Amino acid sequence: MEDKFNNTTEFKPIIPKHSEWPVVKLSKQRQEFTERVSAESIDSIKKVKTTEASLIEELERTRYKEKLRIQKSPWSVDPDDEYEFWKEVKRQLMAISSQTEENTKTSDEILKSITERYANEIAGNFKHSSYRLARSIATFGFARLLNAAHTGRFSGLFRAQRTLRDKIRIRGNLEHLRELAKNGTIVMVPTHFSNLDSVLIGWVIHELGLPPFIYGAGLNLFNIRIFAYFMNSLGAYKVDRRKKNLIYLETLKTYSNLAIQDGCHSLFFPGGTRSRSGAIETELKRGLLGTAIQAQLANFKNDKDHKIFVVPVVLNYNFVLEAPSLIDQFLKQKGQQRYYTENDEYSTSYKIVKFLIKFFTKQSDISVTIGRSMDLFGNYVDDEGHSIGKSGRYIATRDYFMRNGKFVDDKQRDEEYTIHLSRRIVEEFHKINEVLPSHLIAFVGFRLLRKKFPDLDLFNFLRLPEDELLLDYGEFSQEVEKLKNIIFEEEAEGNILTSPGLHKTTDELINQGLRNLGIFHASLPLIRNEVGDIETQSLNLLYYYHNRLTGYNFEEHVG
Amino acid sequence: MSDKKVGVIGAGSFGTVVANLLAQNVKVKLYARSDEKIANMRVNRENAGYQLHENIEVCDNLQEVASECETLFPVVPSSGFRKMMRDLAPFLHPYHTMIHGTKGLDVSLPKGMSIDDPEAYFTRENVKTMSEVIRDESVVVRIGCLAGPNLAREIGNNQPAATVVASSFDSVIKEGQNLLRSEYFQVYGNKDLIGIELTGVLKNIIALASGALSGLGFGENARAMLISRGLVEMIYLGRELGGNLQAFIGLAGVGDLVATSSSKYSRNFTVGYRLAQGERLPDIIASMNEVAEGVNTIKIVKKFAEHYGFRAPITETLYKVLMGNMTVKDALTYLMKIPLNVDIDFI
Repeated sequence: MEDKFNNTTEFKPIIPKHSEWPVVKLSKQRQEFTERVSAESIDSIKKVKTTEASLIEELERTRYKEKLRIQKSPWSVDPDDEYEFWKEVKRQLMAISSQTEENTKTSDEILKSITERYANEIAGNFKHSSYRLARSIATFGFARLLNAAHTGRFSGLFRAQRTLRDKIRIRGNLEHLRELAKNGTIVMVPTHFSNLDSVLIGWVIHELGLPPFIYGAGLNLFNIRIFAYFMNSLGAYKVDRRKKNLIYLETLKTYSNLAIQDGCHSLFFPGGTRSRSGAIETELKRGLLGTAIQAQLANFKNDKDHKIFVVPVVLNYNFVLEAPSLIDQFLKQKGQQRYYTENDEYSTSYKIVKFLIKFFTKQSDISVTIGRSMDLFGNYVDDEGHSIGKSGRYIATRDYFMRNGKFVDDKQRDEEYTIHLSRRIVEEFHKINEVLPSHLIAFVGFRLLRKKFPDLDLFNFLRLPEDELLLDYGEFSQEVEKLKNIIFEEEAEGNILTSPGLHKTTDELINQGLRNLGIFHASLPLIRNEVGDIETQSLNLLYYYHNRLTGYNFEEHVG
Repeated sequence: MSDKKVGVIGAGSFGTVVANLLAQNVKVKLYARSDEKIANMRVNRENAGYQLHENIEVCDNLQEVASECETLFPVVPSSGFRKMMRDLAPFLHPYHTMIHGTKGLDVSLPKGMSIDDPEAYFTRENVKTMSEVIRDESVVVRIGCLAGPNLAREIGNNQPAATVVASSFDSVIKEGQNLLRSEYFQVYGNKDLIGIELTGVLKNIIALASGALSGLGFGENARAMLISRGLVEMIYLGRELGGNLQAFIGLAGVGDLVATSSSKYSRNFTVGYRLAQGERLPDIIASMNEVAEGVNTIKIVKKFAEHYGFRAPITETLYKVLMGNMTVKDALTYLMKIPLNVDIDFI
C-alpha cells in the first residue's frame, strides 16, 4: 500500500458546510426516515413470513422474547412504557386469535407498530451543536492532558504544543480516502479491541476532514451518561444486542441499508464485539456488512451510480484496559457468544474519565492504519472509485448483480458476496496490522515459555504459577531479533506493517516494548527482573497480547 | 428453447459430450483450440467419435464465446487450464457463470521446475482446484463444477446417468441443472464446491490402481477391497485439502469411484492396466490421445502428503510404480502387508 506517516498535514473538511453533511440531513428528516425504515422492514419481513399464520407466529415469538428480556435483563436506558407496549401487543394478538373483540388491529398493523417503535429506538439523534462540543472536549481536553503529562506539571494543562497528532499516528493513503469520500459512500470497518475504539475513530474521522460517520453503538454504552453524550453527538444509532428477534434485526439492517443508500458514511465494527482473545478478528459478523451490499444493489437499481467503498482500519494499542476481563471471558467461553454483560471498567462515568486520562496521557504511541479501499466484492479501487481487476482492468461492479442484462434479486448470492467480502476484510486486516515493539516481545515471550511445556495443553499451561516461568535475556533477545527480521521480510512482501519502534536496535526495541506492554495492568505481562532476566506476572495477559500476532505462522520461527 | 447460448471450452471427448448434453436444451458454442479439430468438426459435424448435435456451433475465438455466452463450461485438461483462463480472462465479467468439468489439480512451481523435479514441493498454497484457478485469474465469482460417474462414452450413447453440479451459489446449481437435465441425465446439486472438485480429482488415483489390479488378472473381491480402502484414503486426503466427508459418500464420490474403477473406458484405469501388463509409463502416455489426469494427481498428492506429514499408502505406492521403482505386483504385496485393522474411523 502507499504508505504515509502523516502527522503534520492539516486536512480541510471535504464538506465545509455542516448542513450538507449526510448525517445532518438524516437527522433533520428523522421522522420521515424512520417511517421509511419501518415500511421497508415490513416489506422484507413479509417476504420471509408470507402467510398470515406465520406472521402471527413471529409476532407471538417476538412478544414472548421481549417479555423475557424485560424481566431478565432490564437496563436503565430502556423506555418506561416497554411493559405496557408489549402487554398491549399481547392483548391485540389474543383478540385476533379469539376474534371476539371488534375494532382490533390486524397483524399487519401490529407489525407496523413494532417496526416503528424499533426504528425510533434505533435512530440516532445527531445534533450539530453537541457534536461540536463533544469534539472540542475530545481534542482540547485530551491535548491539554497530554501536555500536563508531558511536562509533568499542572501548568502544562494550559499549553497546547503537544497535540493528539503527536500521540496518535495515522498512516495509510489518507488523500485517497478523502477523494473517495467525495465520490461515494464509505463504510469503515475497524478492528475492535477496546470500548474506546469508537471515540478514537471518531477523532480520526474528524481529523481527516471527513463528515461524521454513523455507526451502530451497543445500547449498553448508552447506560453510561458520558458515553451516551458522546455517542448521541457522533451520529451513533443504537444496537441492542439483547434483542435477537427477526423483526428487530430486520429493522436494524434496514436502518443501516437506507442510511448508506442516502450517502451516510458508516462505521461497522465487523467483529461484532471486542476481540476477546486479543487477536485480530478472523470471523466477522455478516449482518451489517450485508446491508452495504443491499444498499449498493438498491443504488444501482435506482439508477444511482453512487458507489460504496469498504475501508479496513486497524487500531494498534500497547495497552488495552479491558484486557484482563476480555481474556478471562475468552478462556472461559472459548468463543461462545453469550449475552453481553457490562463489566467493571466502564461501569461509571467517573471510572471512564479516570481511564481516559490514563489512556491518553501515559500510553505511548497509538497507531491507526487506514487500509486500501475496496468495493463490496473485495476489488481494490482507485481515487475515482473505479474497481480494479487482476490485470489492471476496470470492473463494472453492477455486473455482480446482473444476469442476462438485468438486475436480479438473489439473497443467497448476496450472502455469498458478504462471506467473500468478510474474508477479504480479514486478509486486509492482517496486511495493515502494524507490529509494535510491545506486540513483538509479548509474542516471543509467550512462545518461548510455551515451548518449555510442550506436553501441557493451553489451559494447563496457563495455570502454571508465574514465578516458575523465567526466560534468559540473551535467549530472549536473540529470538526477538530473529522474529524481527522475519517480520521485515513479511513487510517487504506486503503482508504486515511495522512501527518505527521496530527499526531500532533489538535492545532498544525490547526496552521500549517492556515500557509499554500492558503498562497499567496490576500484573504486568512481561518484566525484566533484578538479574536482568525476563519474567511474567500474568500469563493470561501475556497470552492476550501475544495473540495480536497470531495468524501469520510466526510460531514456527520462535525457539 | 431460448435464444441465449452457452459456451463449452475444450473439445476433448468429455467436452464434446457435455456440449451434446447442453445442446438438447440450449444453443451451444463449442470452442476448440486446434485448427485441425475445428475444420474437422465444421466439415464432418463429428468429434472424438461423437456426432455433434445440430444446436452446436463450432467456434475458434475465445472473445466471441465470452461475449455471446454468459454461462461457460470449461472442460480442458488441468495442465492447460490456467493458460486457458489467462487467455479468456480479459473477456470475462462478474456476470459470467463458469461450471467446469476438469478433474485435476493445478500447481504453480518456480519457473523452469516441473512436477517431476525432485525439488518440487506441494502445499495448499501452490496446489489449486480449478475453481480456485478461475478465481485467481478472472473476475468471475459464480463458479461451479461438474462431477459424477460420467464416462463420456456411455453418456454419448444416451445411457442413463447422473451428475453433480456443485457451487456455493444456489443460482449456479439451478442454472446447471436446467441446462444439463434431460430424459437420460439427472443432475444433483451440492454446496461443497471444493469437496466435490476433490472427489473428482482423487478418485482418479484409485481408478488407476483398479486398472492395475485388473491388469494382474484379479477379480471382484480385490476390486471391492481397493474401492472401499481407496475411498477411505480419498476422504483423508480430501479433508487435508479442504473438502468435507459428505461430498465423498455421494454420487460424485462413491458413485464416480465405482464407475471409473470398473470401466475399461476410463483413461486412468487404462494406464493402471497397462502398467500391470508390464508397459512403461512414458510409452503408455505417448500412445494415448487424451490426458489421464490420475498420473499427475498421484505425483502431486504424494508430495503434498509428504509435506504435511500424513500417510496415503495407496498413493505413495502408486507413485513408486509410476516412477518405475516398483512393479505393480510388488506394490500389491506391499499394500497387503500394511497393518490396517480399523475399517472406518472417520465418521
